[in-house]
Amino acid sequence: METDDREGNRMWEEDSSHKHLLDVSSWINCIVASKTTKDTMFARGIKRKCFDGEEDIEGTLAGFKSVPSYNLQRQSLLDMSLVKLQLCHMLVEPNLCRSVLIANTVRQIQEEMTQDGTWQVINAQNTGQASLDRLVSSDILCRSTKEQNEGKLVPSYSGFSKDFENTPSQDIISDLSTVTSVQAPRNPQSNNVWEMENSQENRGNFQKSLDQIFETLENKNPNSVEDLFSDVDNSYYDLDTVLTGMMNNTKMGHCDVLESFSSQTTTNSNSNCKSDINELDHIVEILVES
Amino acid sequence: MLKSKILVIKYYLLDAEWVDSTFFWSLNRSSPGNFTPYLALLENMEGESIYEVDSEDGVGADIISTVEFNHTGELLATGDKGGRVVIFQREPESKNEPHTQGEYNVYSTFQSHEPEFDYLKSLEIEEKINKIKWLPQQNAAHSLLSTNDKTIKLWKVTERDKRPEGYNLKDEEGKLKDLSTVTSLQVPVLKPMDLMVEVSPRRIFANGHTYHINSISVNSDCETYMSADDLRINLWHLAITDRSFNIVDIKPANMEDLTEVITASEFHPHHCNLFVYSSSKGSLRLCDMRASALCDKHSKLFEEPEDPSNRSFFSEIISSVSDVKFSHSGRFMLTRDYLTVKVWDLNMETKPIETYQVHDYLRSKLCSLYENDCIFDKFECAWNGSDSVIMTGAYNNFFRMFDRNTKRDVTLEASRESSKPRAILKPRRVCVGGKRRKDDISVDSLDFTKKILHTAWHPAENIIAIAATNNLYIFQDKVNSEMH
Repeated sequence: METDDREGNRMWEEDSSHKHLLDVSSWINCIVASKTTKDTMFARGIKRKCFDGEEDIEGTLAGFKSVPSYNLQRQSLLDMSLVKLQLCHMLVEPNLCRSVLIANTVRQIQEEMTQDGTWQVINAQNTGQASLDRLVSSDILCRSTKEQNEGKLVPSYSGFSKDFENTPSQDIISDLSTVTSVQAPRNPQSNNVWEMENSQENRGNFQKSLDQIFETLENKNPNSVEDLFSDVDNSYYDLDTVLTGMMNNTKMGHCDVLESFSSQTTTNSNSNCKSDINELDHIVEILVES
Repeated sequence: MLKSKILVIKYYLLDAEWVDSTFFWSLNRSSPGNFTPYLALLENMEGESIYEVDSEDGVGADIISTVEFNHTGELLATGDKGGRVVIFQREPESKNEPHTQGEYNVYSTFQSHEPEFDYLKSLEIEEKINKIKWLPQQNAAHSLLSTNDKTIKLWKVTERDKRPEGYNLKDEEGKLKDLSTVTSLQVPVLKPMDLMVEVSPRRIFANGHTYHINSISVNSDCETYMSADDLRINLWHLAITDRSFNIVDIKPANMEDLTEVITASEFHPHHCNLFVYSSSKGSLRLCDMRASALCDKHSKLFEEPEDPSNRSFFSEIISSVSDVKFSHSGRFMLTRDYLTVKVWDLNMETKPIETYQVHDYLRSKLCSLYENDCIFDKFECAWNGSDSVIMTGAYNNFFRMFDRNTKRDVTLEASRESSKPRAILKPRRVCVGGKRRKDDISVDSLDFTKKILHTAWHPAENIIAIAATNNLYIFQDKVNSEMH
């Protein structure tokens, strides 16, 4: 598609956005999120499954101010990097060099964690979700962003939640769906570390992991959140709204959250349909009453 | 509009003494090779000091983003975040007072780039001037190239100090004369007028880059120049704007495999076929345009193996080269990465011949610097005219100079607060725990928002220009044109 014409103008042929980097990171998100819940659960209060025998979260919080373990440091570095990569949605194009360096750091950490054996995909953390739901979501996730943008409806959607309309602004949703929806390992045949993982396993866990990402983001130590977001242009990308929106949605259940995010971008017509339907109902009500 | 005031600081060696009450200092070296400069803050005759920009935006739009001397050092150009270029000119030394060094005054100001909006991608294109490069002067006019993220412009700077007077058909105001009043013919003559500097855009080189342009470099053939963005380098002819040749392309077929970007590039000062580009992984590639049209294969790869004892998750980030400069002689290259400056010999690819620590005390703070993004700051570096001293900026408005011959180095500060008129500025020291001398600054009290990213050294004399956020400092060594 891209003509290798040295003399030609290239700009219009190319997409210089950093979505690809984001996608890498978002996939890393999925797998890492399982680690995230283990190591950096600031406010969860859930007793950790410790591979290295540390005490539970309260004890760790108290001891947090003293020397953090190497794993903890590494994990927090990883989280910081992922957040940095995700905060690329500004009005001005983000710095490619910076994004590449951060992505490389993330890969490096992930490689090390894989070698350490601390990179286990957590199957045991399934908390009783219908496997069917998860498969549905994986389907959405595995679809490319392009398809989503072209407005293909998700055939497997069954009923929307009413809370659907409370989700935050379109821009943010679309950004998030880019993050969430393009989860599938680019391809099993792509030559990166993901080949080592069982891609089936990965897909199965995306659903769960995504929720964990959102929850991790919202549960982050507020101070670090401030620091991280201090130079973000809030007027354009109101993360607070996003986080609030997400918190509102968590009660819907994980599947619904994903569905709502994805379908928000797939097409506006979904929500339009929905509001149309509501209006129609409303009108019918009035007619009937009269 | 810009108000211009210049801070002129003279720096001199030990045992200086005052000679007269204006701003003339004489230098008296205590011993040869004693490179311990002191600085004195001075004001010019009108009592004006620092270069200030008067703007409603406050600091934002006036942050200086690039500084560059022309080939003779007579002109100094600065570009800022608001897309403006300000050119300073050195006043010629007057013969009456041979000891008075020429000062730099504002010569011209113009708006080079405007903010643009890319409708296709819904993204703003910043007007910030990333780089300015002067063309070698070929006639009475001066020319420079200025670039923002996407577009390069060639500007011509001309002076007009005479105008024709005595037209036959028009009077002084330009109105047509009543022909009946014209009784004789005269030849219009050129009469002197107030100097007017005119700047006009001569070429606009647009649409050559998808990614953000980080460097431009004029070739020694004076006909071509190159522009480099994150993934590609293009070769342009100065007279042709609708076409450029791609000479380096490191974009992978699958963008997900992208792990390295181009960070800086420069043509060799003498060999018009050679150029170097640096990468975010800390490597330098010297390319020869005679080898092939697309110089993806380097002729030489300069890379220093990583020191395993210093390895951390930040190793790659701090090894990313932020600036590369050929020496004036063309034999060496100077690179700047986050913590060091390195001098490379073009004949040795395995490691640099010299490495200087700029601020090694930051090595233990890399995690915090990563968190606040300071670790991505791109510092520039500069050679002096004789390639014996190198200079680079740091935090807290400090800048560092390293004498390659004596191996001595010094840390100096560019700030108003610590410089009183006619006071002597001492070299600064950053202490790292342990014993602390008076006036030392501790690492924790460094101000990381005050960074000196852009510095320039006069091509022949000991005059340096330091951009500290929105202030420009010009330091002059009174003594001489001699190099240390």
